[in-house]
Amino acid sequence: MSFADFEKNFQDKVDAEIKIEPRDWMPEAYRKTLVRQISQHAHSEIVGMLPEGNWITRAPSLRRKAILLAKVQDEAGHGLYLYSAAETLGVSREQMINDLHSGKAKYSSIFNYPTLTWADMGAIGWLVDGAAILNQVMLCRTSYGPYARAMVRICKEESFHQRQGFEILLTLSRGTDAQKAMCQDAINRWWWPSLMMFGPRDTESTNSDQSMKWKIKRKSNDELRQEFVDMCVQQVKVLGMTLPDPALRWNEARGHYDFGEIDWAEFWNVVKGNGPCNKQRLDARRKAWEEGEWVRKAAEAHANKRRTKAA
Amino acid sequence: MKESKHDWPLWEIFIRSRQGLDHKHVGSLHAADAQMAIENARDVYTRRMEGVSIWAVESKNIHASKASEADSLYDPANDKIYRHPTFYDLPDEVNHM
Ligand SMILES: [Fe+2]
Ligand SMILES: [Fe+2]
Repeated sequence: MSFADFEKNFQDKVDAEIKIEPRDWMPEAYRKTLVRQISQHAHSEIVGMLPEGNWITRAPSLRRKAILLAKVQDEAGHGLYLYSAAETLGVSREQMINDLHSGKAKYSSIFNYPTLTWADMGAIGWLVDGAAILNQVMLCRTSYGPYARAMVRICKEESFHQRQGFEILLTLSRGTDAQKAMCQDAINRWWWPSLMMFGPRDTESTNSDQSMKWKIKRKSNDELRQEFVDMCVQQVKVLGMTLPDPALRWNEARGHYDFGEIDWAEFWNVVKGNGPCNKQRLDARRKAWEEGEWVRKAAEAHANKRRTKAA
Repeated sequence: MKESKHDWPLWEIFIRSRQGLDHKHVGSLHAADAQMAIENARDVYTRRMEGVSIWAVESKNIHASKASEADSLYDPANDKIYRHPTFYDLPDEVNHM
């Protein structure tokens, strides 16, 4: 078979909704795109533990503490599912971790914003996990088998994340004036960065067309963002709060809510590393890695010792 | 898969979700040895009571058929439709068969 035949064969499979598995032939660009996207996704789960981990010791009750701890632990699990999926494409875990720590690999910019109050735990669960879920539900049907399977597992766990967040906000929204203000303030701060999670506008998004053709993605950034806005406009009413966008209004003709323009200068600035917490997040990951060095060495020595004893 | 000098070995994890069912592949993870692989598998793959039993097999010990040879590998089964019950055309009066 010629290269063109392989490529056609591959695209025919994708078009016929046949999943691509690790040992199947795939175009190098497909493999590279997946490695970049899956590892970036894995890094986001891992770095994403930091803003919430910040509040575990300060959760207002034992119930909340246990829940937050379980959520953060889930995110660690999500990172592991995804690293494993990326490894099936021939990249090592060590390489991925190094790329994160050197700043070569990216992770979702949302985690470069600080968590200032307890209400932020609610806003993150509702908005940040909520936005992530829309993307992840779509990815359950992605064309690469191991990625799709990891996503199915992740989606099963995510809905609790969003619900616990909404419950935090709901409780605050029924509290004192100060608690209500805290709730609204968190929504105000997290709303726009959450909209940015879906990435650049379709007209600016360079890899989108190819990813759609390969069925890595099935919905565009703007489609997912619109779904998210339509959903949140309804949900925020239950909280008796508002979304910080004066341009939000129902558009009868489109059958969707119109919304204001995202501050794209801020978006690109945070992507480039200049967000409020970029440095802090990477420093924390590097520190954790370095301080875990002795544990990794000890476990290895222990395993070796047992192996020689058994032999 | 590129072997990394520093990564712990990779293990494939299989979980039996309920007594009476087969162990099913759920994913992989790194661990220094088998015991750690099972403990990590518990934390990674059974946080919600998804299993009653875990198998960990070091990935390098798994041998797989080649996708490129699938045609010839499964060819012998390809033309034996008489192995399926629907191949046999029996009168409608024959029940419970
Ligand atoms: Fe997650
Ligand atoms: Fe989550």
